Amino acid sequence: MAKLKEERARRSPSARPFPPGDYPVVVLGSGPGGLQFAYSLGRLGIKHAALSADGEPAGMFRRFPFFQRLISWTKPYAPHERGSRQYEWFDWNSLSGDVPEHRATVPPFMDGTSYFPSRAEMQRGMEAFAERAGVEFRYGCRWESTSRDGERFVVVTSDGEYRCDVLVVAVGMTEPWKPDNIPGLEDVPHYVETDEPEAYADRRVFIIGKRNSGFELADGLLPWARQIVLASPRPARISVLTHSVAAARARYMQPYEDHVLAGGTLVLDASIERVDQTAHGYRVTCKGTTVPGEVVFDVDRVIAATGFGTPLRDLPDLGLTTFSQGRLPGQTAYWESASIPGIFFAGSITQGSIGLKKYGRPSGSAAVHGARYNARVLAEHLATTRFGVKVERPSLEADDVVPYLLQEMSHAPELWNQQAYLSRVVTFDGGRGIVDEGIVPLAHFVDSGGPDAVAATVETSEHGEIRPAVYIRRDGSVDEQIMEGTLLHAFDTKEHHRHLSALLKPLLG
Amino acid sequence: MGSVPLSPRPTPDRRGTVCNAVADDVVDILGNLTLFADLSRPELEGVAHTLDEESFTEGQRILRQGLRGSNFYLILEGEAAVRVDGQDLNTLGRGDFFGEVSVLLGEPPTADVVALRPMRCLVLGGDEVEEFLTSYPKVLFRMLQAEARRLRQTIEWRS
Repeated sequence: MAKLKEERARRSPSARPFPPGDYPVVVLGSGPGGLQFAYSLGRLGIKHAALSADGEPAGMFRRFPFFQRLISWTKPYAPHERGSRQYEWFDWNSLSGDVPEHRATVPPFMDGTSYFPSRAEMQRGMEAFAERAGVEFRYGCRWESTSRDGERFVVVTSDGEYRCDVLVVAVGMTEPWKPDNIPGLEDVPHYVETDEPEAYADRRVFIIGKRNSGFELADGLLPWARQIVLASPRPARISVLTHSVAAARARYMQPYEDHVLAGGTLVLDASIERVDQTAHGYRVTCKGTTVPGEVVFDVDRVIAATGFGTPLRDLPDLGLTTFSQGRLPGQTAYWESASIPGIFFAGSITQGSIGLKKYGRPSGSAAVHGARYNARVLAEHLATTRFGVKVERPSLEADDVVPYLLQEMSHAPELWNQQAYLSRVVTFDGGRGIVDEGIVPLAHFVDSGGPDAVAATVETSEHGEIRPAVYIRRDGSVDEQIMEGTLLHAFDTKEHHRHLSALLKPLLG
Repeated sequence: MGSVPLSPRPTPDRRGTVCNAVADDVVDILGNLTLFADLSRPELEGVAHTLDEESFTEGQRILRQGLRGSNFYLILEGEAAVRVDGQDLNTLGRGDFFGEVSVLLGEPPTADVVALRPMRCLVLGGDEVEEFLTSYPKVLFRMLQAEARRLRQTIEWRS
């Protein structure tokens, strides 16, 4: 790491990579999403400029979570060897490398006190990835504005003007966001403005928001605050109950237990009517949503843990459509803007490409363990569809198809970490034979048509059971087949072999 | 949210945070829909925060015929076609809802619902619908009325 920093410091500004000019692709952002995409694109030989306003890699993990540790785990010791592709299933924070030396870059920096890396450990892991894989960025280069030049894009930065055919925005959901319709909320500090914990000692603290950032602050302030109140209109969704990584995670549940066991913390379902400043702090007026009634709290501090939006700058002025109150761009299954062809997204912004969302469960795209695969798939998609790169697609013998798919459904990290969102696709095309088409967005597979094929994935049922699933396309029509789950999540049993063989018989002949 | 004027106004951003300047506040939209006509303002707040917002491009399938695990949708903006085996049977617009039949019966949808132009919807996960409807019995009653109207229309159309 020191070597990397010394090298950067040694270079003169003119020696920085990617000077302003013309490039096929411009990538904005050096968080995990931008790093992964730039890496994967570089491995495919596509010329690009990778730009970042930051001074070093890791994006928002350089500042958040406020209470230091990440929300996603990395298991230093796992059922698969560290550095193998299968190990990625258990390492949710390292980026996805093509070769062993580019994988599992986070665990060597973890000190064994937790399987949730600290921010510093995560940052070192990202820096190690960039150094080992030779992923370069032009750091300290701020994106300022964007315009069109025919079909191309003009990206104006603090270092000058870039022109490109494809613009990939990987700036994260990093912009503090507050609703504008709660009187007084504009004067309340956002999560990002939280003070050091000592500032809340013996204070009554009101936290608006019951998602992870709200619970994270409450958890961190339990040893400091006199009383904590968490409130938002919707009842808290909790990951172990909803089987979803999008819900509040178990590791922040101590405030909830405190509430349930009447320890003094309050977790309320209430709309915030207004926030007024008083001589000694704030008065927060709430109305119950699940239990009717008005409640007024006089507190010392209020924090708006109301989430983040995407810093899209002037892209909406170019016609970029957004949703969720402007916080996310609308996207296709391959993460292209729904309204401006040629603008793509990587990183946590890709949660705006919804996918099938089976049983209401969102993808893992909001986190590194999901978004890293989206970025890899996107790089290959752009290379093959836009830049004429021929990616070798392995042929399969008919007898190998069933064992191969069962092996993938049992061990592929892409399928386990992006359940019912990414799939392994094998096509059965008379002219080309049986071909492994790689990892493909499942929504694209079921909606786009094409030759006879099978898409294999892993899904969680409405009852929380994890099961292998195949989507079989014949004569343009897609048939969904869900197979049995097993207690040990092993799907390469004789029964699965028999079942999948029968399902694929019409394709295998 | 909260006791705000129905016509949202821009709020000065004093701390550098992004504020929601969207003109069609979701709570206001919900309050004007028959399905939620009986709910109080705080209850509408609860509903607005329970349902997620999603965006769909023109031509995108929202509900997929024959695929399990679908969800309940409410259209905020845009238009969609109800399509069975490639044939358009009906058009849905702002305020219409769909997906409830397959969720309630636990069966795959019998039709595709396809965006005819860019759409914004509110969505509730299939496995959350029962709890949602029993938490808001007045919404359940309004939905039952809507289903009764649809049934009557179908009977009239067939006779």
